[in-house]
Amino acid sequence: MIGIVDYRAGNLTSVARALAHLGKPCVVTGDPRILDDAERIIFPGVGAAGAAMANLRETGLDDHLRRWVQNGRPVLGICLGAQVILENSEEDDAACLGLVPGTVRRFPPDLASGGRRLKIPHMGWNRVAFCGDHPVFAGLPAGAEFYFVHAYYPAPADDAWAAGWTEYGIRFCSAVARGNLVAVQFHPEKSGRPGLMILENFCRWGGSDAQ
Amino acid sequence: MLSKRIIPCLDVRAGKLTKGIKFQGNIDIGDPVEAAREYYGQGADEIVFYDITASAEGRAIMLDVVRRVAETIFIPFSVGGGIRTVEDMRSVILAGAEKVSVNTEAVKNPALIAEGARAFGSQCIVLGMDVRKAPATPDLPSGYEMVIHGGRTPTGIDALGWAKEAERLGAGEICLNSIDADGTKNGYELNLTALISSNVGIPVIASGGAGKPEHLLDVLTRGRADAALIASMVHYRTHTIPEIKAFLHDRGVKTRMNW
Repeated sequence: MIGIVDYRAGNLTSVARALAHLGKPCVVTGDPRILDDAERIIFPGVGAAGAAMANLRETGLDDHLRRWVQNGRPVLGICLGAQVILENSEEDDAACLGLVPGTVRRFPPDLASGGRRLKIPHMGWNRVAFCGDHPVFAGLPAGAEFYFVHAYYPAPADDAWAAGWTEYGIRFCSAVARGNLVAVQFHPEKSGRPGLMILENFCRWGGSDAQ
Repeated sequence: MLSKRIIPCLDVRAGKLTKGIKFQGNIDIGDPVEAAREYYGQGADEIVFYDITASAEGRAIMLDVVRRVAETIFIPFSVGGGIRTVEDMRSVILAGAEKVSVNTEAVKNPALIAEGARAFGSQCIVLGMDVRKAPATPDLPSGYEMVIHGGRTPTGIDALGWAKEAERLGAGEICLNSIDADGTKNGYELNLTALISSNVGIPVIASGGAGKPEHLLDVLTRGRADAALIASMVHYRTHTIPEIKAFLHDRGVKTRMNW
């Protein structure tokens, strides 16, 4: 069973629907007792970092998440869930979970490419250059693109924790991996077959980032 | 860099496509879920549904369509038509749509945009705009006027002013339809699209007038659109999405080529 953490950070049903399509049983819940029994955890979310962290603290899920990660359970963060795993965020100046050293940054306001100003949020399909051979990102078709919607991005303190990079005026970290924790800034549940492949890989992953 | 998005648009009435789409072998089908599956397989980057049913019964059927589409395709899709309240938005989003689009309802009640953005985030709120050319006056400085009720009722509201206002209220994207170009198959309204797109900071989806791949090339380059809506050119199989994408790709427009 896969536990999808519900902490009132947007509609989480699309992740559940993608897993149902893959034939993977899952439960969407904010109840730590139920999540405790899950063999792996998906930590999604959309919205603002400040409100998300407030909800996590209020429900005590922040400590449970830290415990699951420390105990070696495979955890997949998605979108906002790939941001609040860092130490802090420029959004709402929020203190975050600190599971990966680093900061969540906002795209600079004067972002441009080829002399043309780029729109923020970064919304739509873009490529990810995955580094290393992380099992969760194995077997993806060359040139695959993924669906993004965000104005902030994770900036881990050490590039060794960046598992993928994307270009949008700047080069930013779009996938993070550290031990049994893996996280993506894009939405694998909305990225067609390559996205479903990542979810499927995660469902099989033992939790080691054997490179 | 972001890919330019190619977005088929499907009109639904009481749970059926108003015009069928042609499948392989030119079989005409009327089921929006099957149509969505077809375009997902062809590499559509997103799908837009317009529910043109007004009745409560029609709305309930549409929610069921949205649920079935959400179980079938794993790309973003939006639903518009008759969304008047935040509760209407909520039911469509919970049924599985990524985005909702508001058009006439937002012109009548601009607060709907702000309320929707507060409840679900700007990325969920698409402003649909039906626009026609009009003589420029002090009240219509851009020379483009907002029209509501499916293009039947002129409002006297300046299209550029409304686009900026909607962005300020929290719209996350604009779907810009030219009434003058719509149905002509002579190409998108490039001046209108470039005008709006270069004056707002949110993505603009061009709509109305697509008849051949060259039209998409024009609107995605000279028209500065972020995405292009297509309907009859793919519904009647005069063109396919892979063919359109290959055409654009060969001419230097970044499109998503692997799916």
